[in-house]
Amino acid sequence: MSQTASIPDYDYSVAKAFTISTLVWGAIGMSVGLTIALELVFPQLNADLPWLSFNRLRPLHTNAVIFGFTLAGVFATWYYVSQRVLKVRMVLPAVGKFHVILFNLIIILAAYTLLAGHTSSKEYHELPWWLDILVVIMWLTWGVHIFAMLGARKEKTLYVSIWYYVACFIAVSMLYLINGLAIPTWFVTQTGNWWHSVSMFAGTNDAQVQWWFGHNAVAFVLTVPIIAISYYFIPKQANQPVYSYRLSLWSFWGLMFVYLWAGPHHMMYSTIPSWVQTLGMVFSLVLIIPSWGSMVNLLLTMSGKWEQLKTDPIAKFLIIGSTFYGFATLEGPIQAIKSVNAIAHFTDWIIGHVHNGTLGWVSFTIIGAIYHMVPRMWKTKLYSERLAENQFWIQTLGIVFYFSSMWIAGITQGAMWRTTDQFGSLAYSFLDTVNVMVPYWALRAVGGSLFLIGFFMFFYNIHRTIRGAAAFQAQAEAKSALDSGSAT
Amino acid sequence: MFEFIERNSLLLGLCIFITITIGGIVEIVPSFTQNSRPIEGLKPYSALEMAGRQIYIRESCNACHSQLIRPFKSETDRYGAYSLSGEYAYDRPFLWGSRRTGPDLHRIGNYRTTDWHEAHFINARNVSPGSVMPNFPWFFEDNVDFGTVHAEIITVKTIFGVPYDQGDNPKSGSLKEIKAMGLVEAAEIVKDMKTQAIKDALAKGEVKDIVAMIAYLNRMK
Ligand code: HEC
Repeated sequence: MSQTASIPDYDYSVAKAFTISTLVWGAIGMSVGLTIALELVFPQLNADLPWLSFNRLRPLHTNAVIFGFTLAGVFATWYYVSQRVLKVRMVLPAVGKFHVILFNLIIILAAYTLLAGHTSSKEYHELPWWLDILVVIMWLTWGVHIFAMLGARKEKTLYVSIWYYVACFIAVSMLYLINGLAIPTWFVTQTGNWWHSVSMFAGTNDAQVQWWFGHNAVAFVLTVPIIAISYYFIPKQANQPVYSYRLSLWSFWGLMFVYLWAGPHHMMYSTIPSWVQTLGMVFSLVLIIPSWGSMVNLLLTMSGKWEQLKTDPIAKFLIIGSTFYGFATLEGPIQAIKSVNAIAHFTDWIIGHVHNGTLGWVSFTIIGAIYHMVPRMWKTKLYSERLAENQFWIQTLGIVFYFSSMWIAGITQGAMWRTTDQFGSLAYSFLDTVNVMVPYWALRAVGGSLFLIGFFMFFYNIHRTIRGAAAFQAQAEAKSALDSGSAT
Repeated sequence: MFEFIERNSLLLGLCIFITITIGGIVEIVPSFTQNSRPIEGLKPYSALEMAGRQIYIRESCNACHSQLIRPFKSETDRYGAYSLSGEYAYDRPFLWGSRRTGPDLHRIGNYRTTDWHEAHFINARNVSPGSVMPNFPWFFEDNVDFGTVHAEIITVKTIFGVPYDQGDNPKSGSLKEIKAMGLVEAAEIVKDMKTQAIKDALAKGEVKDIVAMIAYLNRMK
């Protein structure tokens, strides 16, 4: 323990609170996901209750996992990583506490409003205007903390992870504010629901702004900060530096520039101008380069240490996480090719793709990071590596079930919609194509269950680790007292 | 090589901001005016249609249904003429959706009728065996919220210049007037419906959500 004197005494209070938030919102969000997966197999499951019906739960699922689980994980790692790479103890602890409280309050209110049907209908931006305002305050609070930490830093050169956190903050601020522009109608007439508002943009323009947001929300919530996490935790876990500084640099600026152009692939063959669609497709393909740049860089950070993957479940989560990143960032551009999109769009193949990213890449990376952080923050050791190892395999199997069933389902349905008989008439009614989906939806629910079971194992493992911390420390102290006693 | 950026956090932030804004500006701004032009003859939503649209949004029907017919023969055969930008000019928000768990609804008014919808919302499996669409029994219990309809009509008229009250377009008006117009429209729908409770409610001056929902779907042509 004598080396600790030279490094600052870190303050993990906020990082710990966000870690627990990550676990709780992950468990809730994924359980809701499994519920709606099952509702497609057994539609009666909603008991004819509005707040249990697929349509109200789906936005709750996406919001809880994207903003509840993922963002909490991002914030947890920020409050941990920033102190360590900037070589300074957490500044403004009160701001951090306010941040974590407001964040959790927002997610609770979001869950309530979505279940009640207060929604803007815009995907991943469903929250009503008054909650949007709270979100902006919460986000700026984080911004204040970021720049306060940067101002107080002892290490002058900013590590790669920091670039990505800063990019996440700036881009999401811009996207969220512009896409959220709306007029609350109560203020115009003093009639009707006070939470109701109408979008500032209409029709095709609204679609373009929304998917500029939606695509880049995926970029700057589900990709950029997760790369930040990987760039810190993979080298730490492997105990050697990032493979190539130059590769990090070029991938970073490449990703920043290219990502924002790729949004139109969500609107292929729609009423947006066709040159915009083409541009969106080309940039989606170009996006492979910076994405793979990061992936290769992260994977090669394990060079010479591949053996570690056999025994270390944490390294497994992080490295397989980055591998899924490579997989998803190849699959996405393929789906963005116009002729492929003609079949893939509106089908479950897209849902499968999203889950390669969110289960394989986002969740695995966050799980790996939390496994790495928790023993260090609570000054203890992991409750069970074996449990983590089993969790890894169960969840990986779950993802495989998920994407393989969704591939087949998506391509089957996309193809059936356009199949014609020998007279050129449509061969299948829409209902035919729904009935064919049901077995694949059942398989998907199996995959989802496996993943969720794994998540509860994770939850339990972390819970036991934290609960065992006091006993572990007491034991360690007794041992060192004994050691020093025998030395004298 | 760019070390100076990595040492100055504000400069880093600024460089990131500039890099990420370009794409959006180039892709969205040039066609903005063109995209907002309505096609000829497009009418703003009437009171009851607007109420139905608000329910559609409240229920996130767009989680399972698209409103965008793509220009392929397989789609125009199934759903009708492909969608045009100008048809969406009064859609705030747009409701294209992203997953067709159920069929496209952009022209549903051309091929489904009031009584079909009524049976379908009571239980989709009544008319479509094996459907996975939820039942919506609460549509038959809750009353339409004309206050919010009034608020939205006045807002889009005064702020976005949606042409209510022009030619034979629907009228705007006070909350009382909007509700009165809604009742007249509702009577047209309810005469084709079977559920007695809906007819009784209308006689008492109440419009149930189901009536507005059907008015909206019937307009989608
Ligand atoms: C879980 C997904 C799901 C949700 C949510 C859902 N639907 Fe459906 N819907 C379907 C499916 C699947 C079909 C096709 C089978 C059928 O006719 O029921 C369908 C069919 C329809 C049809 C008939 C379309 C046609 O061409 O025959 C209409 C109209 C409709 N839905 C309206 C709605 C409305 C309005 C809502 C919201 C209140 C809604 N749906 C919510 C899945 C859904």
